[in-house]
Amino acid sequence: MSENGKVLLETKDLKQHFKVIGENAFKKVKLKAVDGVSFSIRKGETFGLVGESGCGKSTIGKTLLRLHEPTSGSIIFDGTDITHANMKPFRKRMQIVFQDPYSSLNPRMTVGDIVGEPLDINRAYSSKNERREIIIDRLNLVGLNTEHMNRYPHEFSGGQRQRVSIARALALNPEFIVCDEPISALDVSIQAQVINKLIELQHELDLTYLFIAHDLAVVRHISNRVGVMYLGRLVELADAEELFKNPRHPYTQALLSVAPIPDPKLNREKGRILLEGEVPSPVNPPSGCCFRTRCKHATEECAQTRPEMEEAASRHFVSCLREKSIPEYVSA
Amino acid sequence: MANSLLEMDDLRISFFTPAGEVKAVNGMSCALNQGEVLGIVGESGSGKSVSVTALMKLLVRPGKVVGGGIKFDGRDILAMSSKEMRGVRGKDISMIFQDPMTSLNPVFTIGNQLIETIRTHTGMPKKEAADRGVKMLAQVGINNPEKRMKQFPHELSGGMRQRVMIAMALSCSPKLLIADEPTTSLDVTIQAQILDLIKKMRDETGAAVILITHDLGIVSEICDRIMIMYAGRIVESGSVDDIYYSTAHPYTKGLLGCLPGSSKGVRAPLKAIEGNPVDLLDMPKGCGFASRCGECMKICLRENPPSFPIGEGHVSACWKHVPVNASEVRP
Ligand SMILES: Nc1ncnc2c1ncn2[C@@H]1O[C@H](COP(=O)(O)OP(=O)(O)OP(=O)(O)O)[C@@H](O)[C@H]1O
Ligand SMILES: Nc1ncnc2c1ncn2[C@@H]1O[C@H](COP(=O)(O)OP(=O)(O)OP(=O)(O)O)[C@@H](O)[C@H]1O
Ligand SMILES: [Mg+2]
Ligand SMILES: [Mg+2]
Repeated sequence: MSENGKVLLETKDLKQHFKVIGENAFKKVKLKAVDGVSFSIRKGETFGLVGESGCGKSTIGKTLLRLHEPTSGSIIFDGTDITHANMKPFRKRMQIVFQDPYSSLNPRMTVGDIVGEPLDINRAYSSKNERREIIIDRLNLVGLNTEHMNRYPHEFSGGQRQRVSIARALALNPEFIVCDEPISALDVSIQAQVINKLIELQHELDLTYLFIAHDLAVVRHISNRVGVMYLGRLVELADAEELFKNPRHPYTQALLSVAPIPDPKLNREKGRILLEGEVPSPVNPPSGCCFRTRCKHATEECAQTRPEMEEAASRHFVSCLREKSIPEYVSA
Repeated sequence: MANSLLEMDDLRISFFTPAGEVKAVNGMSCALNQGEVLGIVGESGSGKSVSVTALMKLLVRPGKVVGGGIKFDGRDILAMSSKEMRGVRGKDISMIFQDPMTSLNPVFTIGNQLIETIRTHTGMPKKEAADRGVKMLAQVGINNPEKRMKQFPHELSGGMRQRVMIAMALSCSPKLLIADEPTTSLDVTIQAQILDLIKKMRDETGAAVILITHDLGIVSEICDRIMIMYAGRIVESGSVDDIYYSTAHPYTKGLLGCLPGSSKGVRAPLKAIEGNPVDLLDMPKGCGFASRCGECMKICLRENPPSFPIGEGHVSACWKHVPVNASEVRP
């Protein structure tokens, strides 16, 4: 996890455009879900991804695993360009835990078989007994026990189901896991267990995570580096502590100011930067800077020029033309 | 409280599964007044969703209300016919479900479903209902509402689907809004808008709100009162300040203690509550939290504690609030 550790995963100018039905029902238009995103994740590191709903976080996660074919740009995993490669040798090494614990579990399979499925597909055991042991081990990891093996997903609450998907992602001992809102359906006492477990497993197994979540306190806790997305683009990228102490992009500042704090008095006193207006459509993103329509610091120039990521401080990148004149953020 | 909008009295709900009776809700009582925002927080599987599902009369087999009562606006919900209940549901009581994907019909457009909901409860003509629908979508922060009306649920991101659900729930100005984890899949700027929207609706219409969430930040921001649930029972309830600053129950203490930020270093282990939730198929005799509780005593394993008053409107169900025999102290 050192600053010069080996890069496990890298994207360069990654774009994922979907063709969707436009205003005119007969003509398809381009929806720029991910529009030129570059970042790298070092081995053993957690890269946190936060941003507005619909800004493309899940799409990035799925595209990295080639569950979507990227429109352009490249994805490099462990030194190999996998943008167009045959994914078979990589499937085992890269896993995903989905956002939605309901539709991602097969209702007709027992929990034991759900966790065992990736083992079956990859013949990752030499005896029935070993299979059973791995399943029980993974269930225990996420705080479920042996009795749960023979039950079906519908017999579990939302939180319990999400733990089943985490257990399944862990089945094959992957190197890289996309965690797409893995704990947002869990209650806090289990969240803490799962976060501790994810960090512990990371140390033990040298796992690398892309961690997508909306809970900023959790992202701050678990991530080494954090990227902030808006409308398909990265607007800020820095080490976790630096980003939360010293956010420089106006969007990041707004985001931090409205995060609820578990303290009623602080909440009552907290100054909030409430964003006006609506998130623009990714079919028709604003010219220049994508955030300018909701930014109170925007000028003429912001509509003309698309800002690039610039290193504003050491290892701290910001994509804002007016970065120098944005007031410093005062935290609660 | 004579004029409570909602009263639940010792509600009990079980699921009769092949493996046995799952006691999902084990005696839940509460009263909710107009304009009040009640937060329900608790362990996953503690019966939060099931109890409000019963309140909506949407509980399906093998689930069954096995005891207690629910009164809404003076009417006995459990005694209502399904036809009577259809008149209440969506109009007087609206619910935003935990999972927006299964509650939106995948084969109909957003507009179709929104217009249908509005028409069913208001009898508005189609054109007017459509205008109202577009207005509601804009109000919950959805861009291009006219276009979104023509789209199908799978074409929207998780957050947008949830906002559609909220628009649908608010479209008929209900007396009681039940929101089951309404902002779980949303990022915080939208969450802030939606919480503001719910507060605004409460202020303008005097509606009561039940907000189920596991985010202790959200409850501290929007709720007047909080109920903490564990294993189908209410373990502590009180005002927001009671819960945060005069925390009484060991489970509540554990919950507040395990939040990131409250422990020492970044990436240092959080203070998790060890152990797993109880198996509802095999409920222990005593307190449901006993097996995970650092302050567990002998009596806790034997008898379930009743609610003890801690302060005005503040109760906690834990044996440590009453003097016990010294021989009881160690389990
Ligand atoms: N299969 C698809 N076809 C067409 N459009 C899609 C598809 N998947 C996602 N989109 C669109 O791409 C954009 C990004 O969606 P994505 O699910 O990646 O957002 P997100 O950042 O994960 O949001 P959330 O926080 O709500 O989960 C959205 O505008 C969404 O409507
Ligand atoms: N159809 C069912 N069959 C058997 N048990 C069920 C069924 N539905 C729910 N239960 C059980 O009832 C209990 C309460 O579930 P409920 O969905 O109310 O939990 P919850 O408090 O909403 O949890 P979460 O925070 O995870 O959503 C759970 O332990 C669950 O296992
Ligand atoms: Mg997503
Ligand atoms: Mg629930």
